Amino acid sequence: MNIVNFTPVSSFTGGLMIGLAVILFFVLNGRLIGISGIASNFLNSKKNRIDNFLFLIGLIIGPIIYKFFTQSEINISISNSFILLTIAGLLVGLGTRISGGCTSGHGISGISRFSLRSIIATLTFMIVGIITVLIKNIL
Amino acid sequence: MSRFVSLISGIIFGVGLTVSQMINPAKVLGFLNIFDEWDPSLAFVMIGALIISSPFFQIFKSNKKPFFADSFSYSNNKELNKKLIIGSSLFGAGWGLVGLCPGPAIASLALLNIGSLFFVITMFIGFYISNLFETKS
Repeated sequence: MNIVNFTPVSSFTGGLMIGLAVILFFVLNGRLIGISGIASNFLNSKKNRIDNFLFLIGLIIGPIIYKFFTQSEINISISNSFILLTIAGLLVGLGTRISGGCTSGHGISGISRFSLRSIIATLTFMIVGIITVLIKNIL
Repeated sequence: MSRFVSLISGIIFGVGLTVSQMINPAKVLGFLNIFDEWDPSLAFVMIGALIISSPFFQIFKSNKKPFFADSFSYSNNKELNKKLIIGSSLFGAGWGLVGLCPGPAIASLALLNIGSLFFVITMFIGFYISNLFETKS
């Protein structure tokens, strides 16, 4: 194992901001942030639909604001295989709804309140994610 | 007021994903590539988030009600069952395939990337299908 591309400071700083968003949403609106929950409820439920919509819009505005203030480009590298993206999108959509959370809902909101259910979910999706990458490397 | 908070929370979360570079699937795949060339950054994002959210959660959970809503509303499901493991495994497989999870996928729509748009559409199809199942069972 070699350690590469490690960015501890920017990652930690971004993490603090994510934690701040979780706390604001909880203390002021009484809800926990889980993006898969917010997004699927926006699609499937009338309850809090406008709140959920505005949260998702904010999520998209965030990177635009970052770009505006830092005057820097945001570089991302994403798979160009539409077959892989389709399979992955379906798996993520179905999986997060079956288990009731994703990286934010289980990984941050759930673990921050010491939910055993969320800790098990997080370990499971991380281990399966690591195995998936390992298999991809071999193929 | 709750609507304003929702928008602001979303913006802060989106900026956080950008600052931490988790908006970039390559960073996430680097974290999952633990046996080869490992990028531990994602762990630091989680540590940063948990350092803020965990103590504040303990302080405020005894509050009677949130500022802009009538009551706290979140799942207090403690059940450890097959659905939790199966769902998390399916999610982990999708996450490992392209390095996208719901937050970064939606935030990256800001970059007008055709790949993330495609992923988000199929993810919403997944949400829709699982909802059909839920209401039937």
